[in-house]
Amino acid sequence: MQNSSGMSDDGASKQGRSSVFIVSARKRKLQKISQKSGEATLFLIASFVAIVVLFIFWFVARDAVPFFRLQGFQEFFTSSGWYPADDPPRFGALAIIYGSLMVTVGSALIAVPMGIIASICLSDVLPFTVRQYVKPVIEMLAAIPSVAYGFFALVVFAPLLQNSGGPILMWAWWIIAAPFLLLLVIVVSDLLTAPLAKESMKKTAHIGVGMLFGAVALVLLYFVGNQLHGLEIMSGTNALNVSIILSFMALPTIVSVSEDALQAVGRELREGSYALGATRAETIVKTVLPAASSGILAAVILGIMRALGETMVVWMASGNSSHIPDPFFNYLDSVRTLTATIAGDMGEADQVTGSARFHVLFAMGLILLVVSFVSNLISERIVVRQRKILSGQ
Amino acid sequence: MKMFRKIMFGAAVMSLMAAGDASAAGNKLVLDGSTTVGPIAKAFASYFKKTTGVDVTVSESGSGNGAKSLINKTCDIANMSRSMKENEIAAAKSKGVNPVEHVIALDGLAVIVHPGNRVNNLSRKQIRDIYSGRVTNWSAVGGPNAPIVVIQRESNSGTQDSFKELVMGKELPISRRAETQASNGAVKSRVASTPTAIGFIGHGFVDGSVKALDVDGVEATVQTVKSGKYPISRPLFMYTNGQPTGTVKQFIDLPKSVDGKKIISEVGFVNKY
Repeated sequence: MQNSSGMSDDGASKQGRSSVFIVSARKRKLQKISQKSGEATLFLIASFVAIVVLFIFWFVARDAVPFFRLQGFQEFFTSSGWYPADDPPRFGALAIIYGSLMVTVGSALIAVPMGIIASICLSDVLPFTVRQYVKPVIEMLAAIPSVAYGFFALVVFAPLLQNSGGPILMWAWWIIAAPFLLLLVIVVSDLLTAPLAKESMKKTAHIGVGMLFGAVALVLLYFVGNQLHGLEIMSGTNALNVSIILSFMALPTIVSVSEDALQAVGRELREGSYALGATRAETIVKTVLPAASSGILAAVILGIMRALGETMVVWMASGNSSHIPDPFFNYLDSVRTLTATIAGDMGEADQVTGSARFHVLFAMGLILLVVSFVSNLISERIVVRQRKILSGQ
Repeated sequence: MKMFRKIMFGAAVMSLMAAGDASAAGNKLVLDGSTTVGPIAKAFASYFKKTTGVDVTVSESGSGNGAKSLINKTCDIANMSRSMKENEIAAAKSKGVNPVEHVIALDGLAVIVHPGNRVNNLSRKQIRDIYSGRVTNWSAVGGPNAPIVVIQRESNSGTQDSFKELVMGKELPISRRAETQASNGAVKSRVASTPTAIGFIGHGFVDGSVKALDVDGVEATVQTVKSGKYPISRPLFMYTNGQPTGTVKQFIDLPKSVDGKKIISEVGFVNKY
């Protein structure tokens, strides 16, 4: 009380110091205990997460091993005859593994370029105010439950593909290919005319070559577009349908995480690049993208994992036929994925018997786990290496 | 769908636990057996619980296991989608169990196509050829020149089992190209939206959005299923140990009641009575 009234400065400070000292002896002990216990709690929680992951691995592996013991590896990985309910059952999962691969690759082909371009646009091209509105809208895609996507894919998108799949594919081809081909024509004609010495000749040659390649590109555009227009999609529940829907589901992850990575590059690097006379395009391609590449890679891996692990959409809209499409890149054929098989076959009957049919699903789960684990490890590796290169080590 | 499966899974696990120390007495009923009869038994179970307060647990371990459970006296009622075999009855007799058969409902499978499909009738052999992948174009069975989109059910579906048994026979596998859908409703919606598709669903699920084909020239109606004329149909059974009494009798008699009949057609089967 007296100290705070500030009547005698000397006494107050002396008393204050000594009292702090006296209290702190006890307090320090308390503080030490609370600090230790706080650390221990945090450690426990953190390790709990790791332990959960380990436990999942352990339990899935434990139930997967009996399958391989019962049936061996050969049929599972080399045959595509999936007849788990027959007598004798056949557990060829090749087509199913391939189906998972197919829709994952398909969705990555769509989502990765689109996601990266969108994130560049958000972070470096669009004005700040627009970005404030656009980013939450893209992130909204992540908030839609997957069963809603699946329902949309099955009830709306599949019939749409069946009825007017050809024209839709043609428009998609035009929209995607036209700007790309235009860019290609410009670059190619630039490169071809670069060695020419005379400036005047260069210009005419440039135009000539450009027109030539432009014509080729137009023919290509028209021809492929026509070809696509004539396509008739027999069944709308196919790999293409699922790939497109999955890519939309992976998009918010990719955009959001890679946009954060691009933002994290910071103003200094960008301004340094501008100060050296680089244009905005050069700054983005040569400075910002390399600096953010590890973060973008992480975004891509996360997005792909989202597509690989998605169950409900593929279960509803992939058609679930366990065969390898013919030819193997035919995205208009229906496929079956690991996740959908686990969801579909984990039915009522089999946990009773502990049969191969039950354990085969865990074998599939184990494959999924291993794939995502390995790809996470790889991405971690690349990120670390990238960081080293960037920091000049 | 997912939720439903989870619930089913949970129910099955719980009923498993219960089946271990099942008793034929008290205010508790234990049912075990066919996955085809399962939906009826489960719907009955919740209705029975509501009206009488008796707990009914239903496991779906297959008809064969249902018979075994009845023989080992671990269940009160065995659900079966086929009648008991000679050797099962003999085994039951030797253990002092007297299995009594009750037909609770009829299972008729409608083979459905898009309403715009001009095919109206297929023989069982034609359906078999389509599903085994031998016939892949509608023109081979009197339809337009278009590839057939074959739709089947998941391998753990009772409807799928019935179809395989009644149409495909034991040996012939269904083509790998066949699409798989998770439920009667999903098959129906796929067929309704796909002009070249063929599928099969429980007779009770047919509505105006799809066209049910005549099979071997017989239209799929409640009458033809009941009379046994419609070829893709079979009776569904519940077996009891001796003539049922008490709560077991109450339960077995449900299909004869008005509410019971409603439940049976709600889950997609045809009433016997």
